[in-house]
Amino acid sequence: MDLSAINPTLLVASLMVASTPILLAAIGELVVEKSGILNLGVEGMMIIGAICGFAAAVVTGSPMIGFLCAAIGGASVSLIFAVLTQYFLSNQVASGLALTLFGLGLSAMIGQSYVGIKPPTTYKLALPLISDIPILGPILFSHDFTVYAALVLVFGVWWFLKYTRGGLILRAVGESHDAAHALGYKVVRVRIMAIMFGGACAGLGGAALSLVRVPQWTEGMTAGSGWIALAIVVFASWKPERVLLGAYLFGGVAILQLNLQAAGVSIPVEYLSMSPYLITIVVLVAMSANRAKSALNAPAALGRVFHASR
Amino acid sequence: MRFFKWGENKMRLKSILAGAALAITAATGSLAEKTKVGFVYVGPVTDFGWTYEHDQGRKAVEAAFGDKVETMYVESVPEGPDSERVMTDMALKGADLIFTTSFGYMNPTINVAAKFPNVKFEHATGFMQAENVSVYSARFYEGRAVQGHIAGHMTKSNIVGYIGSFPIPEVIRGINSAYIHAKDVNPDVQFKIIWAYTWFDPTKEADAAKVLIEQGADVVLQHTDSTAPQAAAQAAGNVITFGQASDMAEYGPKPRVSSIIDNWAPYYIARTQAVMDGTWTSTNTWDGIGAGMVGIGEITSAVPADVKASAEALLARLRDGSYHAFTGPVNKQDGSVWLARGETADDGTLAGMGFYVEGIDSEMPN
Repeated sequence: MDLSAINPTLLVASLMVASTPILLAAIGELVVEKSGILNLGVEGMMIIGAICGFAAAVVTGSPMIGFLCAAIGGASVSLIFAVLTQYFLSNQVASGLALTLFGLGLSAMIGQSYVGIKPPTTYKLALPLISDIPILGPILFSHDFTVYAALVLVFGVWWFLKYTRGGLILRAVGESHDAAHALGYKVVRVRIMAIMFGGACAGLGGAALSLVRVPQWTEGMTAGSGWIALAIVVFASWKPERVLLGAYLFGGVAILQLNLQAAGVSIPVEYLSMSPYLITIVVLVAMSANRAKSALNAPAALGRVFHASR
Repeated sequence: MRFFKWGENKMRLKSILAGAALAITAATGSLAEKTKVGFVYVGPVTDFGWTYEHDQGRKAVEAAFGDKVETMYVESVPEGPDSERVMTDMALKGADLIFTTSFGYMNPTINVAAKFPNVKFEHATGFMQAENVSVYSARFYEGRAVQGHIAGHMTKSNIVGYIGSFPIPEVIRGINSAYIHAKDVNPDVQFKIIWAYTWFDPTKEADAAKVLIEQGADVVLQHTDSTAPQAAAQAAGNVITFGQASDMAEYGPKPRVSSIIDNWAPYYIARTQAVMDGTWTSTNTWDGIGAGMVGIGEITSAVPADVKASAEALLARLRDGSYHAFTGPVNKQDGSVWLARGETADDGTLAGMGFYVEGIDSEMPN
């Protein structure tokens, strides 16, 4: 056992990279849930983004076009969910699950000719002097752009929800769609836009996995990341800044587990692997123990069907 | 009225089915001379590693026998009970010979074989035989000896990273063999081992490789099947790797400096022939570099000439059998003597190997 082999700086730097896919997906899902929609199709949208981004990057040779196509792909499949739940008023839980299954299948089909191919390398920030600063350099100034994009997105969502009129409308729709409707806001339109934003974010998260973190395409490569993203939103009690914390915690445990193994520590890996889920359960229990507080956090209209005639 | 009609349809459906059944019987009758060979794969055939090479073996069988043989395969079959369903399905479809190509199919293969005494089964890398179940494996540890030799010479940080799949004898043998031969040429070498608990999960394999590199490893050996660790090593720069199961030459000349290549084709062809001739018996085959079941991929220009020469000398001695990869003196991790000077390991101990050799600073997971 040799804990000194674990370099904390590199540990933090690599957990940021490992957390980026789930962070992107979670921040998108947060916006969706804030509008009162529960979309369980995150996993499906992520993997569609992973293959769309991978395919586009391989075909065009440009990772940026890859990420763009990943966002478009994720948003497109989320539109299926939007139409089903907003126009046909179908059950959100069932539609979301269907979207996950559909996405996994469709991506496997699209991806058949992309297995075993190397994607183009994504641009990595390497500032001549700044990236070499000890500690801060590796943590802050030496990542590929997805890490920064995810951080900017988290900040943007926080600012949008807290300080803009649009954010206020989104939250109003999520808290009480009837009241928002009575005030003249287009509930369905707001929700469709939120769902598509969530889809685009999940797609970006998938591409961050297939183009940066692995980088490779494999069938079913998201391997449950979408579900972790959903758990993070609940863990974060629908607050963007806590989504960041949650994603780094979940991603950090995965990386820490490998680091401890390499350092020869004999903690059974199962304990570390289940710890984020245990924490989520504890947070959920703590939240529901205090009814007044939990009511403040979860959007009141979450998962409820809206029909304008009512 | 409606109900009656439904009944009528059902009758018609029945007669159609009966006709179809007749047709199928007739068809199988005319195809009876074809030998059907099934393959159960743990990963996708496009993994460019373990499963890819098994599938190359399947294609070689098709090429060798042409019309006389019909092959089928199912890929990405999880190890454990679900694989029984796949094997049963193959047996019901008339397979004469079924290759189950991963360690975790061992008990399922034995179970299904008991239900189909007329079907021959071949289980890769396991140790349980039956009347109609053969086992076969390759002495990958011979290839690991060559890798360890190169790794020991090439490492500058004296840290070699090793991505293990599951702590089973096959993988443990590889770690021990690589370590012994790395230490032979570099007494300061240290192994860092990460268990991925999967044969094929590019995300996990990539993360494991990155962590090993961050902890100072400049050589990464893998006993998992994807090329993700190769990609991670390439991104990191000054790290070398070895192709696993398949050549993975697309990552050469660096990071991939050599590889272990599994060559199942001759064995698969011989066993299919045995079934055709009616001479198939339950056997235990364990071939290595000498028999050609384990190949060593080209040692690239990234390896200095003298290291390449000594690695090839080791390879030659392993090939002609003048040297055994586990030759004493070797102690177990706890310091007790395993092999005395000049003594070589017996196959029984190797087949069930569950301990590290002395010097590996890592604890074996349960």
